Amino acid sequence: MPRTLFDKIWEAHEVADALLYVDLHLVHEVTSPQAFESLRLAGRQVRRPDRTLATADHNVPTDGSTAAEQIRDRLSRVQVETLETNAREFGIPVYSIGSRYQGIVHVIGPELGVTQPGMTIVCGDSHTSTHGAFGALAFGIGTSEVEHVLATQTLQQRKPKSMLIRYDGELGFGVTAKDLILATIGQMGVEGGVGHVIEYAGPAIEALSMEGRMTVCNMTIEGGGRAGMIAPDDTTFEWVEGREAAPDPLPTDEWRELRTDEKASFDKEVAVDAGAVSPQVTWGTTPGMVVGVSGAVPKPASEGDQRALEYMALEPGTPMSEIRLDRVFIGSCTNSRIGDLREAAELVKGRRVASTVNAMVVPGSQQVKAQAEAEGLDEVFRAAGFDWRSAGCSMCLGMNPDIAAPGERVASTSNRNFEGRQGRGARSHLVSPKMAAAAAIEGHFVDIREWA
Amino acid sequence: MRKIGLIEGGVSVLDRGDVDTDQIIPKQFLKRVERTGFGEFLFYDWAKEPGWELPRNPILATGRNFGCGSSREHAPWALEDYGFEAVVAPSFADIFYSNCTKIGLLPVVLPEDDVRALMEAGNASIDLAAQEVIWAGGRAAFEIDAEIKRRLLDGLDDIGVTLQLGDAIDRYEAERERNGPVTTSGDHRSTPATARRSRGDHRSAPGTARRSRPT
Repeated sequence: MPRTLFDKIWEAHEVADALLYVDLHLVHEVTSPQAFESLRLAGRQVRRPDRTLATADHNVPTDGSTAAEQIRDRLSRVQVETLETNAREFGIPVYSIGSRYQGIVHVIGPELGVTQPGMTIVCGDSHTSTHGAFGALAFGIGTSEVEHVLATQTLQQRKPKSMLIRYDGELGFGVTAKDLILATIGQMGVEGGVGHVIEYAGPAIEALSMEGRMTVCNMTIEGGGRAGMIAPDDTTFEWVEGREAAPDPLPTDEWRELRTDEKASFDKEVAVDAGAVSPQVTWGTTPGMVVGVSGAVPKPASEGDQRALEYMALEPGTPMSEIRLDRVFIGSCTNSRIGDLREAAELVKGRRVASTVNAMVVPGSQQVKAQAEAEGLDEVFRAAGFDWRSAGCSMCLGMNPDIAAPGERVASTSNRNFEGRQGRGARSHLVSPKMAAAAAIEGHFVDIREWA
Repeated sequence: MRKIGLIEGGVSVLDRGDVDTDQIIPKQFLKRVERTGFGEFLFYDWAKEPGWELPRNPILATGRNFGCGSSREHAPWALEDYGFEAVVAPSFADIFYSNCTKIGLLPVVLPEDDVRALMEAGNASIDLAAQEVIWAGGRAAFEIDAEIKRRLLDGLDDIGVTLQLGDAIDRYEAERERNGPVTTSGDHRSTPATARRSRGDHRSAPGTARRSRPT
């Protein structure tokens, strides 16, 4: 019987009925302390520390602090130190502040090569779907499940349904992976993927870099999807080859089998016209409230829309390009990789950030930071007036000191524009790194297809 | 986990759709390393809005796609700590639903019309064993996975249940163990931050991980 990519990985990891083996468990400081504490109380051990990897990201200051004890916020400091202590006690490798491998958990997994095709990967973080870009089955779990995986290396899980999102056509000039996924969520709604593992396919997906594929899979959860995945190909293999934890040689013959068979069927299929996608900007308080940059703030169609417009202080009919910004944030597990930073740097080179805008770039990992600095991107950003920061989740959710003030309007390359996400009362507009870079220079959104 | 029995009492109403976990418990409260004490911060920002009212009842009735966004289990912890024993909605986000079942907070999916009637009734009883919600003037059956139901009714410890399958996990590992990637081998994890070596220098040798077993 023909099988989907998802079927193949699922079946290869079934230990028993509805019990899934976990190949890689990523751990961060926010969703793990209670799990370790319960393990300790129950006298249980971590079954496979060698399949577990921890890093500090959510609470990490990005101002260059070099060690956990230098975090000024006491609670954040305790949380990061607790992670370090737990990792030591249970024998789990940890890249905390000061490590040159520290970074956002969904950036460092692929970067170190521990994220590989065909694996099952979980983490106490909803954006674990990112790793599906490599043809892995990867999804977020809660703290009770983190504890369960630590103790048993398995997860109790009923098999979700399958869904195919097929992209017809190719992306136009200036249109990026971020625009593609935002437009997709806008089309299918924030509940469109609930209960489903989504496979993204089509020429527009095949043409994406690994960074772009990670951006698409990353935001799967924003459309409600349990996991997002893309069949591995030469682009994937080239990206993985030579990384620290990558096999040598790569088992490419085996990995090439990780494709949906012809005639395999999905529980749900959606077609998206990739050629029709334009640079996207969100106007509301869910990622599905999104329009093309050449469009305008829509009329409210529901109470939820009305509430969102009030929170965002926007009038229907306002052209998106007239929305003025106070802050620009380039970073997060969605868009903080070297490719993202290169795209943004290319646009800001030789220009200046608008005097009314406070703009920052937060690389996704210390390795991304080092790479960008080796290429001189930090100088490009600094010369343009951007703040160049250290690695972490930063203003995507503002658990560290990087927070927008009430009423401030932010162009953000992150994944959530929820009320208060980037700071209480802050108003977030989700965009691609290119769109964020151009908005920083002009002080308002611009259509980068026409901007030069 | 405590056993779920008959849940009876008042129904609190939060008539909004797509309520995300950032609203249920904002990020500044995720810094605690304990599981308890989140209830007082439930809907922290919304609770400041004029006219906000959310009595501490056993049942919360709310809108579609409840609990979307972040995987934070702090959200169900906060709802439970506040006093809720069940949340009734037309639909839930996947991770949130799963998290609720892990801590004994009962998520109940009912058609939108029934949720609306429940909101208006103001009181209800939820019988997990019978998979039924009853309110003055109406009743509705709900679906729940049989295994999840059994664990909730018996208050079973998930890890304890899985560890009974320890032999199956051992067998799986013995049969399917493959080379790399492993996180504990290779010197990339102990390389001092000051050391600068090219990427290829510290590749781990696949399959060399030390196995650690529960005793």
